[in-house]
Parts: sequence; structure tokens; C-alpha cells
Amino acid sequence: MMATNSPLQRDNADDIGVAFNHASVTFAAEVPLHLDSGKTLGPFSIAYNTYGTLNKSKSNAVLICHALTGDQHVANRHPLTGKEGWWSLLVGPGKPIDTNRYFVIFPNILGGCMGSTGPSSINPETGTPYGLKFPMFTIGDMVAAQHRLIEHLGIDQLFAVLGGSMGGMQVLEWASRHKDQVFAALPIATAAWHSSQNIAFHEVGRQAVMADPNWLRGDYHSHGVVPRNGLAVARMAAHITYLSEDALHEKFGRNLQNRSDRTFSFDADFQVESYLRHQGSTFVDRFDANSYLYITRAMDYFDLAAENGDVLANAFRGTRTRFCVVSFTSDWLYPTRESREIVQALNAVAANVSFVEIDSNAGHDAFLLDEPEFFATIRGFVESCASKRGLPPPGEEA
Amino acid sequence: MLDKTKTVHTSRVDHLLIAEMVAPGSRVLDVGCGDGELLQLLADTKAVDARGVELSRERVNACVARGLSVIQGDADQDLADYPDQAFDYAILSLTIQATLRPREVLENLLRIGRRAIISFPNFGHWRIRTDLLLWGRMPRTTNLPEPWYASPDSHLCTIRDFVELCELLDTVVEEAVAFNSAGRRLPIKRSLSLQNLFGEKAVFKLRHRAPAQNF
Repeated sequence: MMATNSPLQRDNADDIGVAFNHASVTFAAEVPLHLDSGKTLGPFSIAYNTYGTLNKSKSNAVLICHALTGDQHVANRHPLTGKEGWWSLLVGPGKPIDTNRYFVIFPNILGGCMGSTGPSSINPETGTPYGLKFPMFTIGDMVAAQHRLIEHLGIDQLFAVLGGSMGGMQVLEWASRHKDQVFAALPIATAAWHSSQNIAFHEVGRQAVMADPNWLRGDYHSHGVVPRNGLAVARMAAHITYLSEDALHEKFGRNLQNRSDRTFSFDADFQVESYLRHQGSTFVDRFDANSYLYITRAMDYFDLAAENGDVLANAFRGTRTRFCVVSFTSDWLYPTRESREIVQALNAVAANVSFVEIDSNAGHDAFLLDEPEFFATIRGFVESCASKRGLPPPGEEA
Repeated sequence: MLDKTKTVHTSRVDHLLIAEMVAPGSRVLDVGCGDGELLQLLADTKAVDARGVELSRERVNACVARGLSVIQGDADQDLADYPDQAFDYAILSLTIQATLRPREVLENLLRIGRRAIISFPNFGHWRIRTDLLLWGRMPRTTNLPEPWYASPDSHLCTIRDFVELCELLDTVVEEAVAFNSAGRRLPIKRSLSLQNLFGEKAVFKLRHRAPAQNF
């Protein structure tokens, strides 16, 4: 047996009413993943949630790829934080990604910390967590692992692959590496390569983690400690990049936090400081510091043009996939200019591409928020693709 | 087939005429596609593989939300990205007069499409001529409603002017039709004088005299 399932938790219906299955598949050491770094990883597991029902012809599968700190709990209540799923506005019964119509698959990425094999998993060779012995992996490796999952599920072609930010990078890799297996692709708030500025921000975050004395060169699990402070600072710095100056100003201005005057100290006098500290400390409870280091590195290494002879268009040559590229006006982490580079490359190979820029002042995080124009775009694009693919409307199962 | 007597009650008779010029099942790029009316018409009646480019973000989003493949872009800047003869038809309807460099735009359309279909408001129409002659002011018509300082139309031309550009670009005019404000069609024959006088808008189907080789 080359792949084994963990017992399925069937038909969980949580209190926000979305039925989902939580599952995990483990690929044996005899069929390891060959990573871009030249190393191999095996055995490895991919944890995933599914929503909806796969139709008989297996033509209604939608793969959703999560962002840096996302996970598979996209439309159900999160088991650790108790919050609603991070894309529950987009995915669910009657939502733009309608779980009454599509079979929606959400894997936790390779290297993540919500059930898929990552740096906090036990290294079978040592019996202790991998830590820095975990091999470096890339966005392409994440996609290779997801491809194994799709094969395991017996799906030949995904109806759609979508994702925002790092999820969008995976979408681009899918569309590039598995052209015939992606009917529609939605790279959202993303780029075909990680910019110098984005690498710079990631480096600040990593240095904050590694400067924490509890990091212990990545071996903190064995010593029963967590580099909380470092990871929290990394999250605080990153969180600023997910917002916009306007959004911060509107939300906090120079308002003071539960006090009438400055304290002339380094307390969190300002609401924005208090907010960031909260973001940092809650993040630490749900995310592994080493995963953060590895995943940010994978993003930094991402350059779809470099993978294709320095010509981005080569990544898409011969594609028949229908693309919908989406950016947001106030996103300065993955600005519209970078989405436009993807569109130009797709145009250069006469690909079928739609491109919309959504007007929002919410910054990069806009793709996770209630943006009606964004949802209308996704719904329209996906529905037209479904009709081109011959998928019946909900309630009219073929 | 051209029907000289046909009167069509729509604000965009040029759309119907363009739709007649397009072969079923072909690949079409509509540059300046607006709210996607023509693309939808072509998709519905000619089953074309329809793509659009539109400058206005709101209109692009509306197009994509109704299931059309449209990108936000600019005829002056973004046509250079497309490969040669990527489409059977590259269409520019009532947009060329609003481009910065109409000649380059037309060259790109003739390169991208095996055929280019262009419609434009005719600045040689008698009402425009008389307005300018009698009042000495820039004419304002239903096709050109804005005052000169607010108009997006920086490169207006007459039918005669357009034919001259086609000759300059070594272009074959396969079909050309002008129509008056009632939507009555006036096919453009050898003599342009009447059409240039009575045609309010014109639609031209063009191709390069020596089509670029496929490779």
C-alpha cells in the first residue's frame, strides 16, 4: 500500500452549518517526493478538508490553495482559534464557490503545521521533530504534493484551482506544470515572482524568529519551549504589509488604547500597537515557528519566469486553461502591476484570460474580506466556466 | 450581405453589422469592449471564442461577472503583448478616435487579427460640417456629445481620412459600410463623397495585403 488514509471524520457539520470531511493521506517512504532542492521527502502526509460531493465523472473538483499562514479550515470553524473559516465568505452552500455544486478540496500545504508533514513533524529517522533537518521545499514542491493527493482521489482534471497570495503562486504552478489538469485557474492577489521588497519583509520576520533565545537553532520542540516573542514580532511586521495606510488610519488613527493620555512609557498606548500585539500573540498559538521560516523561504524562492528560461510566457505556452487574474487597488504587497505581468505573459500565448482589479482600501488582506465586487467577479467567472465545462447547475446532478 | 433598406432600431447598429461580418465559431478580440454588449452578441449568435479589453475597471468587472473573458487594459499600451494572428478578428468599435496613436493601434489590430473590424464616428458627416461652417464651433452630436475640452475623442477622422490611412498601411478593405442616424446602411463604393457626407458612422473590415506568415 503506497498511500494510506487516516480514519475519515465524515460529515462534520459545525455550528456555522458547513458540512465537511477532514482527512489525511500518507504516502509511503517507497514513493517519496522528489524536491526541487534535489532532496527527497518520505513518508509524507497531506491533511485536507473536503466540502461537497464529487460527481460521477469527477469533473466538479475545485482545489483551493491557502496562503502563508492559512490552512485547510477554510469554510468551517477553526479547531484551534474557534474563528470562522478564513474563506467562509467565498466557499459554502450558495456561495461563489458553491459547495452544493462543486467538490472543494483544501489541503494543508506541505511544510505546514496543521496535519501535513512539516518541520514540526516527527522525523522517522530520529524519532524527534525534524526542526532544521526538514528539507527545504518550494512552491512547486507544495504543488507536487497536492498533485499526489489529487491522484490519490482519482481526479484526472481539476475543474478549478484558486488561491490568494501564496495560494495564487500555487495556482500559477499548477497551471504551468499540469496544463491539461486545470480547466480554470484563479490566481488572486499574487505575483509570478516574489519581489525584492517582499523578500526583505520575510527576512525581517525570519531574523526575529531566529533571534529569539527559545528558537534554539530550530530545536525548540525537543526542549519544550516555543520562540513566542520572535514569531509574534515576525507576525506583527508581516501583518502591517497585509493592510494599507488608509485601512490602518481608518481603523485606528492615532487613537489611544483604553486610556485618556499617553503613559510616557513603552506600553501599548496606541490602539494600533495593541492590535498588532494581539495579532502577534494569537498567531503564536496556532502556528509553528519553523514552518514560518520554511514557508517564507519557499515564497522567496518562487520565480515562475526563472523556472521557464526567464520568459514568463513560456510557463503558459500551449495552455487551454481559462484564467481569471484578480488584484486589489490598495495591495502594495502584490500590487496590480505584478498581476498585470501575469496577464501580459498569458496574452503573449493567446491564453483565455480575464483580469480585474478590485477597488478596495483594505490592502492585501482584501482578498479575505467582504468585497462584493470581488465575489461577483469570481461567481460570474466560475459559473461561465462551469457551463463551458458542462457542469449542471446545483440541484440538477448529471 | 448588405441590405440597403434595412432600418435597425438600436443605438449600436454597428454591433449588428460587425456581427454579420464575423464568421461563426471564430476567435475574436474586442478592444474597448465596454460593458461587453458586442461580445455577448457575438457569443450568443456566432458562438465565437470572445475576448475583450476595456479601460474602465467597473466595466471590466461587470463583463467578467457576466462570464465574459475581459481584461483591464489600454488599446495604446496592451495590444503589443499579443502574438501575431492570435485571433480571427480584432475588433475596435467606436474606440479608435479615442486612442492616443490610432495608426499604431490599427497596425497592431492588423497584426493580432487575420481581419480587423473597425467602426468609428464619421467627422465628415454633413451635420458636423454645417455646424462648424455656420457656427464656427466644435460640433456636438449624439455620437460626439461632449464639449471639446471634455471629449475623450482626441483623433477624430472622416471616412475619407480613414481610407487614406488604410492605403498608407497597405491594407485591403474587404467590406465597408456607412450608416446614417436612422441606421440606414450606405455601402461604401468607389466614390466616397456621398457616404462621407451622409454616413454618421462607418464599419470597415480590413486585412493586410500580405498577411503575416504563420510560424
